[in-house]
Amino acid sequence: MQVKPAENNGPGAPAQSPGPAQSPGPAQSPGPAQSPGPIASAGVPPETSQGAAFHQAAPLIEAKGLGVARGGRWLVRGVDLAIRPGEIVTLIGPNGSGKSTTVKALLGILAASEGAVVRRPGVNIGYVPQKLTVDWTLPLTVRRLMTLTGRHAAAEVEAALGEVGIAHLAGAPVQQLSGGEFQRALLARALIRRPALLVLDEPVQGVDFAGEIALYELIRDIRQRLGCGILMISHDLHIVMGQTDTVVCLNGHVCCSGTPQAVTESAEYRALFGSQAASALAIYRHHHDHVHRDDGSVVPGEECNHHDHEHDHA
Amino acid sequence: MLDDFFWRALIGGIGVALVAGPLGCFIVWRRMAYFGDTMAHSALLGIALALLLDIDITLGVFAITAAVAFALLLLQRQRALPTDALLGILSHSTLALGLVLVAFMAWVRIDLLSYLFGDLLAVSRFDIALIYGGGIAVLVILVVIWRPLLASTVSEELAAAEALRPERARLVFMLLMAGVIAIAMKIVGILLITSLLVIPAATARRFASGPEQMAVLAAGLGACSVALGLFGSLEFDTPSGPSVVVAALALFLASLLRAMFQRDPLQGASPNKGRGMT
Repeated sequence: MQVKPAENNGPGAPAQSPGPAQSPGPAQSPGPAQSPGPIASAGVPPETSQGAAFHQAAPLIEAKGLGVARGGRWLVRGVDLAIRPGEIVTLIGPNGSGKSTTVKALLGILAASEGAVVRRPGVNIGYVPQKLTVDWTLPLTVRRLMTLTGRHAAAEVEAALGEVGIAHLAGAPVQQLSGGEFQRALLARALIRRPALLVLDEPVQGVDFAGEIALYELIRDIRQRLGCGILMISHDLHIVMGQTDTVVCLNGHVCCSGTPQAVTESAEYRALFGSQAASALAIYRHHHDHVHRDDGSVVPGEECNHHDHEHDHA
Repeated sequence: MLDDFFWRALIGGIGVALVAGPLGCFIVWRRMAYFGDTMAHSALLGIALALLLDIDITLGVFAITAAVAFALLLLQRQRALPTDALLGILSHSTLALGLVLVAFMAWVRIDLLSYLFGDLLAVSRFDIALIYGGGIAVLVILVVIWRPLLASTVSEELAAAEALRPERARLVFMLLMAGVIAIAMKIVGILLITSLLVIPAATARRFASGPEQMAVLAAGLGACSVALGLFGSLEFDTPSGPSVVVAALALFLASLLRAMFQRDPLQGASPNKGRGMT
């Protein structure tokens, strides 16, 4: 839970203000328990605070100075990130910022051009790719899709489909599923492997708003139940900020990373997302305020200012 | 029974079809029909080189088709030319090279037509042993790499992320293709091998609800095509290879008719409306 100021080693990095005056300082204390004020600690959403223990655990997978170049151009460079058991890490960033490239390099789908990916030996990975179209010529039912990369008993398959709420579609050809159903089928397929690390590349693509929220809730449930680490790419800042432990903001390099709260307060993040960032912050703050009222220590109206003020001097 | 040339051709042909069916399914799924065609066409170059170097023809064909497949994979990686242009270049230039090379070798007399279109009379006992020995080896290896190969057919990235090593599966698949071309050459001829791979698989698609079922059906339909084609060839005195392909086509057309008169079996299996079936 610390904010790493970005090193400006990315290709064509946007205007950055690495100065400590604008961005939260690197000296910020790492855990909510040691945070200086009640505000910072209350800023951790209740559903993520239980996962604080993951900071002691060894990472499932870790990128160290990871860079990927293709065709003489750096797609992404200087990425340091780690996913620990029980932690939800979300990559955000504009189109072409290297989110998918980073994930693929972590998974070994793309070879790293520099730096290293360290994977804990024997880590079982479940992957939900961004795009998957199954050719019509391949007869594939949802049930058969479940055992695509590993052997699983029929009862396990039914259970996994039930978990994501599509048990009734077991016999349907995958080509006939709707966007949301197919996404759930892919999630079930990854889950049946009982992964230690679940990787989701834009899991709510082609899913309507209601389905989107349901899917994110499902993903959070999965973390609770399996205790797996989750690495996710998302475009939906509102939901990301509410349901993630660590946010990594990419734009050809790591702009900033840390808790959702810390990232939304960083200047790099605001420069990158502009007005969208502000609205995500507002909604996040709303959540934040609510927690505060329970404390009874801060008046919601003043709280935001006070908060910013404190960080500016941190 | 094996003394009769016809029965030897029939037994050999069925053996080839049983192997070609499952392999052909992957060719259809992975959209590799022209890739297979290119490999098959290069077989003539393999024959010419085998004659030139005085080595076994089957071995020569296997080596050259495998080499052409690897060359294609390497060229594809460079992305200088689109795949279909590469296939067009390699397919016809290897065929032409083979023809020119054969013409240069005035000291050997080969029946070119029998290599291009297959020859019933040419199937020996040794060929049958080769077809069944090689065929069983191909099928056993296919079963071993089935899961990684199928997973990478659905998504190369998924297979790679979940440690199934899709590159290795694809490499092995190329070698299996080269093997099948080498053993199928005598029955259908190098110009028509791809049809024995693709047509039974396409016919099987209409009836299959799973990949494994489709592979088994394709093997069975291929065997039927060989039997029908060879009996027709005997009856009407037509070349064996084309007759087998015509029989396979007849079965395919029959499956189309069935689909037309029946509601498409793929419709209605799911409560949902189709999601972009192309």
